[in-house]
Amino acid sequence: MITTTHYMVLSAALFVLGVIGVLTRRNIIIVFMSIELMLNAVNINLVAFSHQLQNAVGQVFSVFVIVIAAAEAAVGLGIILAFYRNKETVNIDEMNLLRW
Amino acid sequence: MVETVIVPLIMIVMVIVAVLTTVMYMVLLERKVQAWVQVRLGPMRVGHHGLLQPIADVLKLFLKEDITPARADRWVFTLAPILVLVPALIAFAVIPLSRDLTLFGLKFPGQIADVNVGLLYIISVASIGIYGIILGGWSSNSKYPLLASLRSSAQLISYEIAVTMTLVTVIMLAGTLSMVGIVNAQLQKGWWFAFMQPVAFFIYFVGALAETNRAPFDLPEAEQELVAGFHTEYSGMRFAFFFLAEYTNMIVVSCVATTLFLGGWLAPFPNVPWLSFLGYVPGWVWFILKTFGFLYVFLWVRATLPRYRYDQLMRLGWKWLIPLAILNVVMTGLVKVLV
Amino acid sequence: MAEAAAFYILAALILGFGVLVITAKSAVHCILFLVADFLCVAALYVSLQAQFLAVIQVLVYAGGIMVLYLFVVMLVNLKRPPEAHSDPRRLGFLGLLMSVAVLVELALIVVTRWARPAAAGSGLSPDNVRQIGRALYTDYLIPFELASFLLLVAMVGAIILAKREL
Repeated sequence: MITTTHYMVLSAALFVLGVIGVLTRRNIIIVFMSIELMLNAVNINLVAFSHQLQNAVGQVFSVFVIVIAAAEAAVGLGIILAFYRNKETVNIDEMNLLRW
Repeated sequence: MVETVIVPLIMIVMVIVAVLTTVMYMVLLERKVQAWVQVRLGPMRVGHHGLLQPIADVLKLFLKEDITPARADRWVFTLAPILVLVPALIAFAVIPLSRDLTLFGLKFPGQIADVNVGLLYIISVASIGIYGIILGGWSSNSKYPLLASLRSSAQLISYEIAVTMTLVTVIMLAGTLSMVGIVNAQLQKGWWFAFMQPVAFFIYFVGALAETNRAPFDLPEAEQELVAGFHTEYSGMRFAFFFLAEYTNMIVVSCVATTLFLGGWLAPFPNVPWLSFLGYVPGWVWFILKTFGFLYVFLWVRATLPRYRYDQLMRLGWKWLIPLAILNVVMTGLVKVLV
Repeated sequence: MAEAAAFYILAALILGFGVLVITAKSAVHCILFLVADFLCVAALYVSLQAQFLAVIQVLVYAGGIMVLYLFVVMLVNLKRPPEAHSDPRRLGFLGLLMSVAVLVELALIVVTRWARPAAAGSGLSPDNVRQIGRALYTDYLIPFELASFLLLVAMVGAIILAKREL
């Protein structure tokens, strides 16, 4: 019997995988993709609750999360491209132009 | 058990066999039609008037050596043809081919699956098909395929927007996303949507030409440009997959056009009583006739029109088709509310 | 039974592809694993009776956003060799430790079952496109308009950021 708790555990595990990706990878594009993993984990949670409570609001919220993810991906990748044109790197350890 | 598993399985096998056979003979038909337009005869040697030519082509592609470029990414190189062909084939799952039939005591529905978001499903698998093109060009580790694949995928995603807008107008008219529901809506309104939405039909047709990389929008894979486009480095069965996928995409696009704009499996003038003798012709015959009519216009356009340059192509898509499609949506909405 | 099997298989696939995403060496492989992950999540949504959200996930997320990532990775990877040896200033182990802390926190929340009676909904129908559409245009109209405005701003911003010369 699959309860909402199962979906919450899956969502938590996926979220933590995203967190690990953000904290340990050095390629900034892969960091962005880990953020997308986290957003997906949130979406799974929302849809699971929408199913449990039989309310479409969870899915409406998920649509908004997808919209935000799209906007963030567009602007974030634009920033990465602009940075790459200047410094020829996507390694976040080398993105230290503001250091002393 | 029988109805939920066996009947769809039979239908899936039938549809895949029918589609692949049609694809093979589409290749022959294209060569023949182009030849006749150019006052020559086309393939005549293999079989009577070239009718066994597709079999010869398939045998040749099977037996060719399967080359992988030296520093190509092996996994992605193998995955790309699959990612092009599979979305094209699975789009057939929601296309309504006829009304519900009863053969040999089994109840066959008119489509493999009646998904309540059928039209969106087709659009979403079409957008997965873009991956095969990008990855095919990138994984070949070679300049010309990479450029061609970037151009081709940019073209596809640009025209996808215009095509989706025209589908929105059809959804507004039909009131449902289900393909079966759209055909039924045309039955109820009595008019095919091509007559109610001619602008949308035209934009869909142009967008479909661009989506399937067909002339006059076939710059990314024309022989005189960029060697052979994104499938330059592919040979043998993998090239066959790309080839199959292109023609299968053409057939999918024609089937969707038939369902959305030309009434699917309905006879012409389905609600006019004195024309009801046309209803004795089975639904799937009408469907095939309409689909082949649409496909023939594809071949006709290829033989007739010159090729668009890439920047002209992009300008047409972004500056003309998308504003026209959005205007069409707005006008449809206004008419629906005010009338 | 079928629902349980579907859930466990999909959950294993989702988490498996997630692990592959964060450990892949090449960025393109990472993208492909993430696309596979999104397709599995879409299948999970279908099993949760959220068919509209499933196709939107495939159409927008897997078919739009990830294509954008793929383009950027290809434009950026053209000259760069893959990630070299690890920077000694990096504290990867600390990152792993903090992630475990997050996992423990989330597990505690889940296990102690902090539950509240929630607002009863009107029920999910197979016509969930209509329900979502109605909710978007009546109860949640302002967030909807703000989201469309956000997309417009993001579009303008991305175009300006990616131009070679302003």
